[in-house]
Amino acid sequence: MAKEHKEKIASLEAFQEKIDRDEKIEPKDSMPETYRKTLIRQIGQHAHSEVVGMLPEGNWITRAPTLRRKLSLLAKVQDEAGHGLYLYCAAETLGKSRMEMTQELLSGKAKYSSIFNYPTPTWADIGAIGWLVDGAAIMNQIPLCRCSYGPYARAMIRICKEESFHQRQGYEIMLTLAKGTAEQKEMAQRALNRWWWPSVMMFGPNDANSPNTEKSVKWKIKRYTNDELRQKFVDAIVPQAEKIGLVVPDKDLKWDKKRNNGQGGYAYGEIDWDEFWRVVRGDGPMNNERISAKQKAWNEGSWVRAAAHAHALKKQTALQAAE
Amino acid sequence: MKNNSADMVFEGLLRIADDNLILGHRTSEWCGHAPTLEEDLALPNIALDLIGHAQTLYCLACEIDSRYKNEDQLAFLRLEHEYKNLLLVEQENGDFGNTVLRLFYFSTFMKYFWERVKIKCCFKKLKEFSEKAFLETSYHSKYASQWVVTLGDGTDESNLKMSNAIANLEPFLGELFNNDDFTEMCSQNDFLPEPRSIFDSWKNEVEAILQKGNLDFPAIILKKRGGRKGEHSEAFGYLLSDLQYMQRAYPNSSW
Repeated sequence: MAKEHKEKIASLEAFQEKIDRDEKIEPKDSMPETYRKTLIRQIGQHAHSEVVGMLPEGNWITRAPTLRRKLSLLAKVQDEAGHGLYLYCAAETLGKSRMEMTQELLSGKAKYSSIFNYPTPTWADIGAIGWLVDGAAIMNQIPLCRCSYGPYARAMIRICKEESFHQRQGYEIMLTLAKGTAEQKEMAQRALNRWWWPSVMMFGPNDANSPNTEKSVKWKIKRYTNDELRQKFVDAIVPQAEKIGLVVPDKDLKWDKKRNNGQGGYAYGEIDWDEFWRVVRGDGPMNNERISAKQKAWNEGSWVRAAAHAHALKKQTALQAAE
Repeated sequence: MKNNSADMVFEGLLRIADDNLILGHRTSEWCGHAPTLEEDLALPNIALDLIGHAQTLYCLACEIDSRYKNEDQLAFLRLEHEYKNLLLVEQENGDFGNTVLRLFYFSTFMKYFWERVKIKCCFKKLKEFSEKAFLETSYHSKYASQWVVTLGDGTDESNLKMSNAIANLEPFLGELFNNDDFTEMCSQNDFLPEPRSIFDSWKNEVEAILQKGNLDFPAIILKKRGGRKGEHSEAFGYLLSDLQYMQRAYPNSSW
């Protein structure tokens, strides 16, 4: 036992040294089981978020106000399906199949970003999602381009390029609304009111309540803590809102020169963690609707997948017979 | 261009643009609800092409008729009877099999349509556009044909569903190939091919694909028509209320 234990410690140390040298971990390399599990969970959740995220935005494709907006929204939602595909592939390199991950999403066992459990009642919500939700996602994802796990890091490079395009597109929708009629400006402000706090919550619990952060930072899965990323987000978004004349719905928001190691940053109000946990646990405005929509699509598509499988088998058999 | 020929080009462009817009709209309804993630990617991609074609054609139409100042006015602000699309493209999607079969019928038709425009068209800008449109519709036709074969050949259940889709869409095929005074004028002026002239090529290809999927080519006995004259089905009003919602609820706004 003692020998096995020593070997385990030695291999953990060797793994950590590799990480510390900034070498990438590749699919066939040995890795601690917790590292593998953490990544499968994180990449899986990320993939599910892309796929579920298609629903709130897809909700506006048929009603987009102009052809130009319709085309860019279609392209955006299509990008998200593509991100979902890359990410499922990246997670598969760690030994879990897309089918297993899909089943976990549909059964409610796997989580996806809670932000997609909020509704998109107006066109301005499409702008707000691009600006704030994609904005928050980029804050999270840019450091992931340097993640220690090679396939994830490489997938993130392409994803980040597309996400930053989406964010600019979302901000441009908000800018256009803010410059528009009184009704349009009000639509934009209401959407900002709806999406601001859920977006701030996207970074997850405060560092003090985020037990996995320390290990993820040590393994370079994460490069910054939740609170560090949240601060970057608030600092980036507040001036953008001011520039287009929209008001961030936080009465405690003020410049604090002590933040960011004395370089200054925005102090913001208390986050409603009860709401955060309520939505994570399934009691958000759209949790049931999102999962039901995915279940319905999956169930209604089962005959199509069965037919594709049967057809492929027949083709294979015919090919073998011909050989 | 003389006035009467300007009218002809405007009407001709509108017919094709409306077909593409409305089928693009229907195809986009699948986004997030398809049977696999690959199809969730493919269908919005095809919708993007179709609506993109509509956008280009509406822009060309606006250059011809100064009553319309931009493509959105044509896409979003006409009354129901002013849309000239085929009844085929406005029908509800039905299941995935019905959706890919309709896409196969339409895109195979359009592939041969654009192929003919590429060879002969008096309107230079449309002739130029047909190069790209031909390539994209060829791809749509190929994508859809693969699904028609797969679903026809797959299981007993999928074969039955495809047979039902064939029966369901049959009444709308006649209009696709219907010549009228307008299409004859377009053809005589070397502007657009006559729809009926495409039938043989279309039939050969469709029949071969259906056969690969153990499916029968439809008899095309029932011939519903009216779309080209602006007489639409009940489903169309609901489609327009989605499509036009923002422009109608917030008139004269920039987006």
